[in-house]
Amino acid sequence: MQSIHASQVRPPFYRDERVLGVFSQVLVVVIVLGLGLFFFSNMISGLREKHSVAISFSFLGQAAGFDIGESLIEYSRERTYARAFLVGLLNTFQVAFWGIVFATLLGVVIGVMRLSTNFLINRIAAVYIELFRNIPLLVLLIFWAQAVFLKLPRVAEAIVLPGPIFLSNRGVAIPWGLPTESWGTYLVVLGTGIVLGAIVAYVLREQGKRTGRMPLVTLWFVVTVSAVGLVGWVVLPQPLTLDQPALEGFNTQGGKILSQQFMALLSGLIIYTAAFIAEVVRAGIQSVSKGQREAATALGLTPAQTLRLVIFPQALRVIIPPLTSQYLNLTKNSSLAIAIGYPDLFAVAGNTILNQTGREIEMFTMIMGTYLSLSLLTSLLMNAYNRRIRLVER
Amino acid sequence: MTTAAETPSDRSVLPITERYALLGWLRRNLFSDLFNSLLTLVALVFIFTIARILLRWAFVTAEWGVIPANFNLIMRGQYPAAEAWRLWLVIYLLGAVAGVTWRLISGQFSGAARVLIAIPFVLMLIPFFSMGTRLNLFITAVASAAGYYIEGYLPIQRRGRAAVYFILAYLVIMLLLLRGVGAEEGPMPPVSPILWGGLLLSLLLAFFGITLSFPLGVALALGRQSKLPAIRVMSVIYIEFIRGVPLISLLFMGQVMLQLFLPDGFPLVDRVLRALVAITLFSAAYTAENVRGGLQSIPRGQYEAAQALGLSAYQSTINIILPQALRAVIPVLVGQFISLFKDTTLVALVGIFDLLGIARTILANPDWLGTQQEVYAIIAVLFWIFSYSMSYASRRLERRLGVGVR
Amino acid sequence: MSENETADEIIICQDVCKWFGDFQALKDCSLRVKAQEVVVIIGPSGSGKSTFIRCINRLEEHQAGDIIVDGIPLTRDVRNIEQIRSEAGMVFQQFNLFPHLTVLENITLAPIQVRKMKKEEAQETAMGLLNRVGIPEQADKHPGQLSGGQQQRVAIARSLAMSPKIMLFDEPTSALDPEMIKEVLDVMQELAESGMTMLVVTHEMGFAREVADRIVFMDAGEIVEVGTPEHFFTNAQHDRTKLFLSQIL
Repeated sequence: MQSIHASQVRPPFYRDERVLGVFSQVLVVVIVLGLGLFFFSNMISGLREKHSVAISFSFLGQAAGFDIGESLIEYSRERTYARAFLVGLLNTFQVAFWGIVFATLLGVVIGVMRLSTNFLINRIAAVYIELFRNIPLLVLLIFWAQAVFLKLPRVAEAIVLPGPIFLSNRGVAIPWGLPTESWGTYLVVLGTGIVLGAIVAYVLREQGKRTGRMPLVTLWFVVTVSAVGLVGWVVLPQPLTLDQPALEGFNTQGGKILSQQFMALLSGLIIYTAAFIAEVVRAGIQSVSKGQREAATALGLTPAQTLRLVIFPQALRVIIPPLTSQYLNLTKNSSLAIAIGYPDLFAVAGNTILNQTGREIEMFTMIMGTYLSLSLLTSLLMNAYNRRIRLVER
Repeated sequence: MTTAAETPSDRSVLPITERYALLGWLRRNLFSDLFNSLLTLVALVFIFTIARILLRWAFVTAEWGVIPANFNLIMRGQYPAAEAWRLWLVIYLLGAVAGVTWRLISGQFSGAARVLIAIPFVLMLIPFFSMGTRLNLFITAVASAAGYYIEGYLPIQRRGRAAVYFILAYLVIMLLLLRGVGAEEGPMPPVSPILWGGLLLSLLLAFFGITLSFPLGVALALGRQSKLPAIRVMSVIYIEFIRGVPLISLLFMGQVMLQLFLPDGFPLVDRVLRALVAITLFSAAYTAENVRGGLQSIPRGQYEAAQALGLSAYQSTINIILPQALRAVIPVLVGQFISLFKDTTLVALVGIFDLLGIARTILANPDWLGTQQEVYAIIAVLFWIFSYSMSYASRRLERRLGVGVR
Repeated sequence: MSENETADEIIICQDVCKWFGDFQALKDCSLRVKAQEVVVIIGPSGSGKSTFIRCINRLEEHQAGDIIVDGIPLTRDVRNIEQIRSEAGMVFQQFNLFPHLTVLENITLAPIQVRKMKKEEAQETAMGLLNRVGIPEQADKHPGQLSGGQQQRVAIARSLAMSPKIMLFDEPTSALDPEMIKEVLDVMQELAESGMTMLVVTHEMGFAREVADRIVFMDAGEIVEVGTPEHFFTNAQHDRTKLFLSQIL
């Protein structure tokens, strides 16, 4: 009888499936590691010969010795390189935050316009999208900085918009609230309002789950918070005073001054990203099939209910992942600030600090590490979100 | 004859329906209800305002003299004028290749082919062009028509392969022409890439960026889908690292640090080449993700059928998996090419004179102070024309490939 | 049993076990198939029938037990795996034709790539096979332009082009519209009559009754009962078999 115990026969190693699998992996790893080692040893010897320095981050503690145009935290040239790095990082966050907020607003408006049945509105949105998606962001940014904001009149002849808002080649001066003594107390009140709003929202949601009729949870949350905020504003003695900018000689005084660089960067990022967000929104809404709308109508839901209960939740699922990647793109794109002189993370760290210290390896490690952790964090959140959605679908 | 008898009655009816149709269209699309009518009014005011500002700027305020005066710079940077004939030769051949490709895609004489041949004629209308330039454009048009007809004479089965040979030959000839061969005093003296600039350089960077990154990207995509964990992990690390950082940081790193990684005396001194390395490495990660999308769209059954037939992993990847995956991602890859083309502007920040870099040098010239609006507007328009026409062409291509293949 | 016990047994499976994670899909499945025999495997869905025949050409890896095809033991040896795959053709439920290739290219691909056959020769064979399955006129079309029944016949021709000694059928008619099932079954019957060794997973009881030499009933990963069609449809022994037959007949 033929040998039945075939599995016990070990094939020669060079034909063994598993051995071959392991072998090819080892081969690739060795090649990649070898290349890495080659580059690394070149780098080390190069560093030793050219700079006679070893890699070290201790220079971060030294005084930076350069000024930064704008900063969210207190900074002067006596502060350390580490502090300067932080200033750049916060500036990046600032422009990314406002960019995301306004690009989303504009993008949603244009995306909805793109779906309008009104021919003109629809065309305006289409032209906007096709125009700005096909122009390089960097050209747009430099255009804003040099062909728009720099061409604004001098401060003395600034354009005054109601508010008052002063537009000049220095930047934009807008009215701003100045905190008074009661501001701290007011923040506490506002915090309480948010907690209260969250409780209301939670109770309503639970109730909605029980009855099956979901009330407008978000609306009630907003109503609660604003009510508490309003009461606090009336009760407390003026938590904020309005500080209006005014023209004094060759400068504006008071208010908040948004620098020309910041405004150029922000407007460029908003206009550019909004075109992409508009497409994401349009695709998301269109992805909900006509059958869904028809089914909802056939069940007797009103158009508003259809939108809120059927279309919107489904569209949101499609919209959120690409929307997040647009936010990430906007954040990474803010590194183009270097072209128009806004001191963001990359301009401060990759340009000024690097040029002063010559610490290429250390600075690039820090810059890339920062951007990388941002994007990894985002994709972790996204994966979690996607997993939740997939669970719901089953 | 029945047709002749019907024509007059048709003619007497049509205008009325058409008038009705127009009115109906207006009513449906602009004035269906009060809200819609209001929107229409707002939109009209908006369009009117914008158009007035733009037209007044373009025809009254703007000083366009800067553009004709620097046109050569914008198109080809510092490429020596004496060697400009080589660039024209490259363009003639490009026209021919475009004709060949279009014949392959369209099959018959379609409207699109007419557009292709019309492009040079439209360009000839640009007022400040010299007669020499117009003649060159005319030759380009003739070349593309020739390419179109030559491809048409080939039997259908040979066309695809012929087009590939045409394109490959074109690439080699183009590089030889641009780079030059032979001695300094010869008929085609070498022109260093440092001197390439303007639109020429932007297009070349994008083209070579995507071409060189393509094999690497496909390899990474296959690696990420691999069953072998070590290979998969390394591909993921590369892709996520590159996609996580801004291109500008890679470009700076390329300029500052590439030299550090290589042994002394390694010939990579050229700024343009260093930028190209950074662009290629960057683009590869995005290609990989796009190709992965195509790989994932292929059902498991295809792999299994190939296996069951006894094809090796390599054979089934080459013959079964990649052809389908790549066809599925053509539109996405075109989109990536467009965004890479736009991204090449970033090289202006590391001292390379691409279209944007050239614009900055022009504006640094005291003769042209204060013409930022004009120069940047033209740069933007140039980018827009190229990007938009590429995305338009790819949409058409997608529609064509979608029919009859599956 | 004949005295020539194992000589003409072309497939030998002994105590084959297979797990997906913690789930045991196959429990000690043993089956011996003689050359030129037609064996039909039936059973409720999820009973492991597909997994079983997919183990035979290594689309799934079995974790315990032995499989020997035409004297070649199926182990981790890549050469053996290659040999077995080129001896066993497989037809899938979803056809799995290559959509980017024409019908003719689908059939000639493996002979040219694996058997290193000349292109002209491979095309000639392919046309012969297309004639045999009755659709020579479709040679230059793409699979997407064919009906389901035609696609499945192309898939059969594609497997036959490798001149296999064994054909494995994994529910070949389950994805077809009713009016197309017969054309595929006819091709399979002709194939069986020509002396091909066949292992068929199917729900077509008519085919099983008429064409099969033996029927295997599987349930919950086990081979419950094996017998001739006669035995099966008139005199099934096992309760599970009876239950299954009563539900589908």
